[in-house]
Amino acid sequence: MINLENVSKSYSKGRPALKELNLHVEEGEFVFVVGSSGSGKSTLVKLLLKELEPTEGMITVNRKVLNKLKRRKVPKYRRDVGVVFQDFRLLKDRNVYDNVAFAQRVIEVSPRKIKKNVPEMLSMVGLAEKYRSLPKELSGGEQQRVALARALVNKPAILLADEPTGNLDPKNSFEIMKLLEEINERGTTVLVVTHNREIVNAMKKRVITLHHGMVVSDEQEGEYTYED
Amino acid sequence: MRISTASYTAKQGLKSIGRNKMFSLASIATMAACIFLFGLFLAIVMNFNYILKAAEEGVSITVLFNDDIEEERILEIGGQIKAMPEVTKTNYISAEEAWDEWKEVYFADNPELAEGFKDDNPLSNSASFDVYVSDIEDQNQVVEEISAIEGVRKVNQSEIVASRFSIVNKLVMYISVAIIGILLAVSIFLISNTVTIGISVRKEEIGIMKLIGATDFFVRGPFIIEGVFIGAIGAFLPMILLYFLYNKVVTYVLDKFSLLIGIIRFLPANDVFTILFPVAMGLGIGIGFLGSMITVRKHLRV
Repeated sequence: MINLENVSKSYSKGRPALKELNLHVEEGEFVFVVGSSGSGKSTLVKLLLKELEPTEGMITVNRKVLNKLKRRKVPKYRRDVGVVFQDFRLLKDRNVYDNVAFAQRVIEVSPRKIKKNVPEMLSMVGLAEKYRSLPKELSGGEQQRVALARALVNKPAILLADEPTGNLDPKNSFEIMKLLEEINERGTTVLVVTHNREIVNAMKKRVITLHHGMVVSDEQEGEYTYED
Repeated sequence: MRISTASYTAKQGLKSIGRNKMFSLASIATMAACIFLFGLFLAIVMNFNYILKAAEEGVSITVLFNDDIEEERILEIGGQIKAMPEVTKTNYISAEEAWDEWKEVYFADNPELAEGFKDDNPLSNSASFDVYVSDIEDQNQVVEEISAIEGVRKVNQSEIVASRFSIVNKLVMYISVAIIGILLAVSIFLISNTVTIGISVRKEEIGIMKLIGATDFFVRGPFIIEGVFIGAIGAFLPMILLYFLYNKVVTYVLDKFSLLIGIIRFLPANDVFTILFPVAMGLGIGIGFLGSMITVRKHLRV
């Protein structure tokens, strides 16, 4: 599902953010990518979203070679990759329903289908009752659920979560992780970039550790071993 | 594209104007001022051309003939002149008519003086043709051609008037092009500024759209709509104002300067606005489209 071969990424100054990275994620896997600040986690997410181009190496996602993907085909590619961020990135002036519906409008889903899909997705993340609330009226955990609903409403093959629990308390963090696990069980490949040691250790999933842009460990049912 | 997508895009464009009230209003106001000036200028130019044309058409060439020429030949030459494509109208004045006119002008108070001539017409060689051309610029060429016809003694023309009219015509055209060019540039800059502000206000939303997989059209559409709408409103409002003002000004001028009636005739408002309205709307919408298109292409490489 995700394949990186000898991928390096250098910005103009300093050492490369990623250095000859090799990484392979199978369809339907749940993977944690951990590491300290500057380890290259965010660069990895940006490369997978084709926000950045690798300096070297080849990236294949969902059978598409990103290096060769033409600019006009990027939107279509991104529709197959759901993404959630630490800061939720919700549209503050729109309510919960409109935030999720927005993702469907963007890909031109018919209004009839939007009316069906959005409540279904909100039920799945447990926010069916709060569809009229504005983001500022929700807790951090609820906002992240809205972000998850928005990322999943278009039924992507892959879900990328960049520090999804970074702004949440432990209780909400575990609830979000439970949701991610459910999503994974329904067949979506999930890649979570995180700092959260407790969660990584509790979940018993595959853990890839990055350090200075290189993979230093890759373990099935691994633990958060890196010391900040 | 789905109808729902088109309507969503249009709604977002209009919402963006609402979110960006002050800048949108400033843009509409400046656009309206530019289009108002443009409209005013075009209305003046159109009227000026209309008056000029009427004056041009009033400037005639007088063709005089050789002494020994038969009237039949004169009329034949007249037919030849009338057949020229540049000529709009010819007016034959026979020797008798010329004498009658002379008598009326100079012997009106002493008709007995004219009687002294009895049937002897002193202007028997004064049969002439007044020739009117459609475009004053063709006058010299027409004069040349007529002069070359056998039997034509002399062709009188008002060269100074002809050349003055030509110069004024060209001057008006150059000034129009220059002013329209400047207005266009200013308006495009303004729309571009408003759209840039709109983009910066909605930066977060645009970022999310891009990550979700929105196409270029979906991201850019609302900004294009915003620009086009500002352009359309900015063109429509001054047209209404100009329409009412035009009638008022024409009535006022003819009322205050009643001497002008008969000398100057203004174009009717409907004649002006049949041309001005579509041109101004096209210009407004075009500027709006162009200004926003340039800006989104620059700032929104999706």
